[in-house]
Amino acid sequence: MNYSEKVMDHFTNPRNVGEIENADGIGEVGNAKCGDIMKMYLKIDGDVITDVKFKTFGCGAAVATSSMATEMIKGKTINEALQLTNKAVMEALDGLPPVKVHCSVLAEQAVKAALTDYYKKQGVDPEPIVGIIPDCEDCHE
Amino acid sequence: MEKRYIYADHAATTAVSDEVLQEMLPYFQQNFGNPSSIYAKGRENERAILDARARVAACLNADPKEIFFTAGGSESDNWAIKGVADKLAQKGKKHIITSVFEHHAVLHTCEFLEKHGFEVTYLPVSPAGLVSPADVEAAIRPDTALVSIMYANNEIGTIQPIPEIGAICRKHGVLFHTDAVQAVGNVEIDVKAQNIDLLSLSGHKFHAPKGIGALYVRKGISLPNLIHGGGQESGKRAGTENVPGIMGLAKAIELATENIPAKIAKLTPLRNQLIDGILKIDQTKLNGDREKRLAGNVNISIVGIEGESLLLMLDHYGIQASSGSACTSGSLDPSHVLLSLGLVHEVAHGSLRLSFGKEFTQQDVDYILEVIPQVVDRLRAMSPMWETLTKENRKLV
Repeated sequence: MNYSEKVMDHFTNPRNVGEIENADGIGEVGNAKCGDIMKMYLKIDGDVITDVKFKTFGCGAAVATSSMATEMIKGKTINEALQLTNKAVMEALDGLPPVKVHCSVLAEQAVKAALTDYYKKQGVDPEPIVGIIPDCEDCHE
Repeated sequence: MEKRYIYADHAATTAVSDEVLQEMLPYFQQNFGNPSSIYAKGRENERAILDARARVAACLNADPKEIFFTAGGSESDNWAIKGVADKLAQKGKKHIITSVFEHHAVLHTCEFLEKHGFEVTYLPVSPAGLVSPADVEAAIRPDTALVSIMYANNEIGTIQPIPEIGAICRKHGVLFHTDAVQAVGNVEIDVKAQNIDLLSLSGHKFHAPKGIGALYVRKGISLPNLIHGGGQESGKRAGTENVPGIMGLAKAIELATENIPAKIAKLTPLRNQLIDGILKIDQTKLNGDREKRLAGNVNISIVGIEGESLLLMLDHYGIQASSGSACTSGSLDPSHVLLSLGLVHEVAHGSLRLSFGKEFTQQDVDYILEVIPQVVDRLRAMSPMWETLTKENRKLV
C-alpha cells in the first residue's frame, strides 16, 4: 500500500513546522536508532492550545502524521487534545500503510508528551491526567 | 531551476531498451512455436535458443553448455547454493562460506541450509565494504562445499576481489559461486580466467526484461534438477522456455558487455563529481570504497535526515533513487549492508543510493547536485535529531 494524496500533501507541505520560544509544553518521543523522532511544542492559554509547532526526523508518514496531529489540536482545549487518538490521525490522512501505523502512534504520543511536560511545569502530576507514555520500542510491536 | 526527470535507480532495475525489445518482438507472435515441437516453427525456436545460449556464453567466456536460463538472479542463487550443498553433502561436505553483506537471495538460502544441518561461515567485510581473500582462505576447511561471494555489492557498489578468491578456491578444490547480478555489463567477467565455477546473473539489471536470468555452471559440475519435468535446460530446469525473454537476454548482455571500458571511462568522472559534490554537505560519508566500486554507484549517508523522506523529496524534484533506511527496507533495522560496514543505525537511516547507466549526463549530475543540498537543508531544518547534534556540536561521521 502506498501513501494517500493527503499523506503526500502533509509531507511535501507540512503544517506548523518549527519551534516555539518559551513553549508551555515540549514533548519528544521516539529515538534516532529506530529512525523516528518527533518533537512537539505547545503554547497554552488557560486550557486552550493557542499554538503548536513540531519537528520530525523520520519517514514520510512520520512527517505527515505529526503535521496532521498539530492541525487537529491547534485551537482546541487540553481535554480535546488528550482525546486525540492515532486512529483519528490516520483517518484524517485517509489511512496509512500497515507498516506505518506506528508513526501515527508516535504522533499521538508526541502530543501527550508535550502535555505531560506542561503539567510538570505547572507542578501538577501528569500521570493521572495524561497517563503513561510507553517506550518507543513498544510502539513497534 | 528547470525540473528534470532522472532515473537514478539502475541497481534496482532498468527499462528494456529498444534494441532488446526489437529482438524480442518476433517471438511473441510470428515465432511463437514451442521449441520442443517437431515442426519448423518449433525447430526454429530451438535453434534460436541454442544461438542465444552461445551468445550469452560468449559474453562470459563460457561454453554454451554451461549456461542455464532461469527466471532471474534469486532463482540462480538459490539453485547454485542449494544444488551444490545437496550434491556435496553426499560426500560429507556440509560447510559453506559467504559474507555478511550478500544479497538476501544468498543469505536467506544459507540460513535455510543452516536449518538443514549445514554450517555457514559469514565472513565480515572491511569498513570499505570489501571481502578479504585471506579471510576466505582461512575459513576453508576439509568439509567446505562452497564459497559464495558477490561480484559487486548491490547497495554500495563495491567490487570484490573475485579473481583472487577464485584462485584460492581453485587451489583448495572448493567450488566458487558468485552473485554477479550487479556486475554484468559493469565489470569485465571471464569465468575461465577468474576461476568462477558458478555465476548468477539477472537480465533486468541490464535492459533485458524482468523474469529472465541465467546460471553459469562450469563443465563437470552437475547440479540436481531445479524443476522436474520435461527435457528443457538439459532436463535440469523443466518447463517451456521463455523464448522472448531468452532472446532479449542474449541481445541485452551483448550490448551491455560490448564496451565496458568506455562505459567505465564515461561514468567514473560523473560518479566522482557526484560523490565530491554531495560530500561537501556537512556530516556526510561515502559508503564503500571510492575506487573499487561500480562506475555507476554512489552511496552516501547524510546525518540528521531519514532516507525515505529524502527519497520522497527527491522524487518531488524528479529524481528517482533508493535508500537503505529501515523505512525502505520494510523492517525496523536499516540495511544489513550498511550495518556490516560498522555504521550506527542513526547514520544508516539517512543513506542515499544513486545508481545510473551509460545514458547518464553531466546535466543530470549538475541537477542532482543542485537539488540535494536544498532538500537536505529543508529536512534538517525540521529534524530534531539534527537540532540536538548541532546544539551539542556533535558529529556522527
